[in-house]
Amino acid sequence: MSGRASFSSLSLWRERLFGTPFTGFVTVVLLLAIGWVAVPLIRWALIDATWRGTTRADCAAGGACWVFIRARFGQFMYGLYPVDQRWRVDIAGIAFVLGIAAVVLAPQRLRLKLGLAMLVVLPPLGIWLLSGGFGLRYVETREWGGLMLTLFISIYASLIAIPLGILFALGRQSELRVIRLISVIFIEFWRGVPIIAVIFLASLLLPLIMPGGIDIDRLARAVIGLGFVIAAYMAEAVRGGLQALPKGQREAATALGLTYWKATGLIVLPQALRISLPAMTNEFIALIKNTTLVLVVSILDLLGIAQASLADPNWVGMNMEAYAFSGAIYWLICFALSRWSRSLESRRRL
Amino acid sequence: MNLLAFINDKRVRDWFYQIAVVVLLVGLTVFFVRNASENMLKAGIASGFGFLWRTSGIEVPFVLTGYTQADNILALFWVGVANTMLVTVIAIVLATLLGFVVGIARLSSIWLVSAIAGAYIEFVRNIPLLFFVLFWYFGVIAALPAPRQSLSVFGVAFLNNRGLTIPLPDGMENLRIAGWIILACVLAYAAFHLWARKRQERTGLHAPTLRVGLVLLLAIPLLTLAWAVLATRWDVPALRGFNYRGGFVVIPEFVALLAALVTYTAGFIAEIVRGGIQSVSHGQIEAGSALGLRSGQVLRLVTIPQALRVMIPPLTNQYLNVLKNSSFGAAIAYPDVVSLFMGSALNNTGQAIEIIAMTLAVYLVIGLAVSALMNWYNARIALVTR
Amino acid sequence: MTIRTSVAAALLVAGASLAQAQQLAPSPTLDAVKARGNLECGVHLGLPGFSFANDKGEWSGLDVDYCKALAAAVLGDANKVKYTPTSVQQRWPILQSGQVDVLSRNSTITFSRNATLGLNFQGINFYEGQTFIVRKSANVKDAEGLDGASVCVAAGSTEEKNAADWFRERNLKVTITNFQKNDDAIAAYDAGRCDAYTAGVGALAGQRIKLKNPDEHMILTKPISNDPQGPVTRWGDERWQLIVRWVLNGTIAAEMLGVTSKNVDEMKANSKNSEVRRLLGAEGGFGEMMGLSNDWMYNAIKQVGNYGESYERNVGMGSPLKLERGQNQLWTKGGVLFTPPFQ
Repeated sequence: MSGRASFSSLSLWRERLFGTPFTGFVTVVLLLAIGWVAVPLIRWALIDATWRGTTRADCAAGGACWVFIRARFGQFMYGLYPVDQRWRVDIAGIAFVLGIAAVVLAPQRLRLKLGLAMLVVLPPLGIWLLSGGFGLRYVETREWGGLMLTLFISIYASLIAIPLGILFALGRQSELRVIRLISVIFIEFWRGVPIIAVIFLASLLLPLIMPGGIDIDRLARAVIGLGFVIAAYMAEAVRGGLQALPKGQREAATALGLTYWKATGLIVLPQALRISLPAMTNEFIALIKNTTLVLVVSILDLLGIAQASLADPNWVGMNMEAYAFSGAIYWLICFALSRWSRSLESRRRL
Repeated sequence: MNLLAFINDKRVRDWFYQIAVVVLLVGLTVFFVRNASENMLKAGIASGFGFLWRTSGIEVPFVLTGYTQADNILALFWVGVANTMLVTVIAIVLATLLGFVVGIARLSSIWLVSAIAGAYIEFVRNIPLLFFVLFWYFGVIAALPAPRQSLSVFGVAFLNNRGLTIPLPDGMENLRIAGWIILACVLAYAAFHLWARKRQERTGLHAPTLRVGLVLLLAIPLLTLAWAVLATRWDVPALRGFNYRGGFVVIPEFVALLAALVTYTAGFIAEIVRGGIQSVSHGQIEAGSALGLRSGQVLRLVTIPQALRVMIPPLTNQYLNVLKNSSFGAAIAYPDVVSLFMGSALNNTGQAIEIIAMTLAVYLVIGLAVSALMNWYNARIALVTR
Repeated sequence: MTIRTSVAAALLVAGASLAQAQQLAPSPTLDAVKARGNLECGVHLGLPGFSFANDKGEWSGLDVDYCKALAAAVLGDANKVKYTPTSVQQRWPILQSGQVDVLSRNSTITFSRNATLGLNFQGINFYEGQTFIVRKSANVKDAEGLDGASVCVAAGSTEEKNAADWFRERNLKVTITNFQKNDDAIAAYDAGRCDAYTAGVGALAGQRIKLKNPDEHMILTKPISNDPQGPVTRWGDERWQLIVRWVLNGTIAAEMLGVTSKNVDEMKANSKNSEVRRLLGAEGGFGEMMGLSNDWMYNAIKQVGNYGESYERNVGMGSPLKLERGQNQLWTKGGVLFTPPFQ
């Protein structure tokens, strides 16, 4: 049995790769090209690489010096967060993962309530764990960094972006002309400007427009700036869901005597959000990628800390290692999310 | 009683909500602006747009407008705008081409071609653009030789890690004449094409489009161009001291930013192309082949025109992204509007609010123009139901 | 007690408190620093010798030492400093908007910065001269030899304009490529994008250790400019400006008077020199005049050292940068470093 199965899969592969003479020719040429690129890459990254040691001198020439990543691993993950306090970051991370897992795995009818509860509990819990107070030592945001900061910015910016995005998506569909106009202007403005400029704008302008004496944390400013931009993109994602929903849904709800907000909250939004979830996930991926721009205001996220570590005179010339490692982390996170978003989409289609 | 009815009237309520929102917005704006002006006064920061007429004193390595460092800051601003538009337009064209290639490759019947295209898309879409920009920049510089070992292109253009140095014409007259002639040819061809199509619709007769096209679009322009190039005196770059002197230098920052924008955006465009092509129902393709069209013709005449309708809106978004993403050039010293104006000029004048407002306005205006163009195109190719 | 005497006494008390109030103008910045318990200091993102954080996040350098001395003078503890690393672009806005109390970030004093940015420069802690770092293989002896070269520079710095002006005045053609951060510019230079990278002598000495092969590069000795650098404050709050200025003067005066971190206790107890005694708070009550304790400079010198000690440790012969004192020597010893007397 198994012999035949493997034979048939073998013939399937043969069919795929060498089905016709032309296919076979293309396959061979492409395989050669792949080999030409991949072989030196694999040699550098794996075969000739140095994995053990403590200093630059331990590294062999010609291969990757992963020793550098080992030495800096803590910084890549936590930035300059005090070493003896890093357990707090771990707990916050675990709490978020468990919270989201609980919502996803909960039975259908509990999911919404559980989700709202998590939304109320988790964000303040995270901020308390990370920044301290109430019995925990204060850790200032300037000491945060690395992957933890990338995730923090992404999550908290989307906490601003999602409600705001939903509001403006509804506003854009509203019958009230002024509200529609304001929503359109908001959305198109933020979608029309580069994020690098927005982050700069937020870091310069927010302190200026606040009454004297009120100081907004540097990190908070970046999060607010990113949150506003992503809100505009989220609004468009939600609008897609709203438009995909048959008009009859709202009409039926109104006919039943529900007010606008009740009809929206109970009938329209739950369905529309389910439709727009894949698109919203894609916006979240874009957000994670765009957090790299906070380095223009000297906030050291994962890429920022990788770049900063290159300035260390004791570890000169580690560019490839630093970029390859941090790039791989971004890729893994974004790839996993995009897979999830795609599976959501195909489930909905069925 | 009346009052209750008044309050419950939907129209009245709607007006009430809208006025409330407007009052709130205006109030917030006034609050912020007052704070800002107070804070700036207190901090002694100058304001107003007078700084635009101050001498800039900043040297820019890549200038399309004839700016020199003795000009004012407003001129510097236009240098940035021109550079932003240049890289955006070229990146859009090239990214569309590469995106179509990858997107069609993704649907190839040859498994490995489709697999490589898929891997490319998955790789590109899940990595921040900044990595691409840095990779291409330091990759480009590392791959190119130092000036003394430049790669020579027929002895007139030279490629090295300071950029591509190309000859510049000493006078423009001949080239300008050639330009007008070529434009006339293109217009003539367009008129001919319209006439031919009208006639084909009316009489079913085929016009010799290909031959006329070859003459009008290829032969005459090439000949004119050859004459213009030969008749013009050229400032050919020559190696002196550190680098080539004379000519115009296409800087590596431009090449790197362009390459990054193209390779990154192509991954997104490929997905749009794939989705668009898949949205065309299979019956259309079968009908096309039943009419005797070859597979290339089916793709060109049946599939892509229909797919375009689905593709235009997301493509527009990608083009706008290219515009906004061109600001990543600031990370590698490409002198775009963010780098020159929000970087150098802001530092020399300190007038953050004015400069940021002008920079944002640039993107909004260009973005609106791109959207308008794409909407016009979309309306043109939209399905006309008779 | 007659009415008259009590009125006189009341007048006296009122007068004294008025005098006190006149002497101590309100200083919101000083109050904020004391209430916060630490000094907010803006520094360079990472420039070995001037301000550099090691992998444990501990800052050191000449500019950082100034922050420490100021914290020691104001709060009595040199470690009570919070550092805000700033890029070239961010440094002014961060100071203007009050996010830092003082900026100590190798920033050059210029007229237009002083006049239009709402900034005051409080003295000079480093006379910088702009020059170039080039590959030894390029065989360049001085800046004139750079005709035709590509030069990398940080955008928005004084160096950017200086270099453009300097070459134009001499009819030399160079291509200047402006990067957003010093680190980006030096990385591009190291990758071969430019023939030279320009910055101050001190900054170059610090950047040079970051290059892949520092020995293949050399710094041109003759500077093309004069870039005095020092701590910066925003306009307003005169008393705070006074403190910032005189802590800097104090570290220079200490070197001049021979007070070091080693002998400061002995000097305070035994010195006959009244300027030393006033500096260290043994007489004169100078600290109180600014709203500080009288041992302000004693703390700064005890914990951080005088200017010369700081120079040697961070950029001088005791450091990897190995810079001569040059202009940054005391004016009595052939340099231009100067402080008004503590009288």
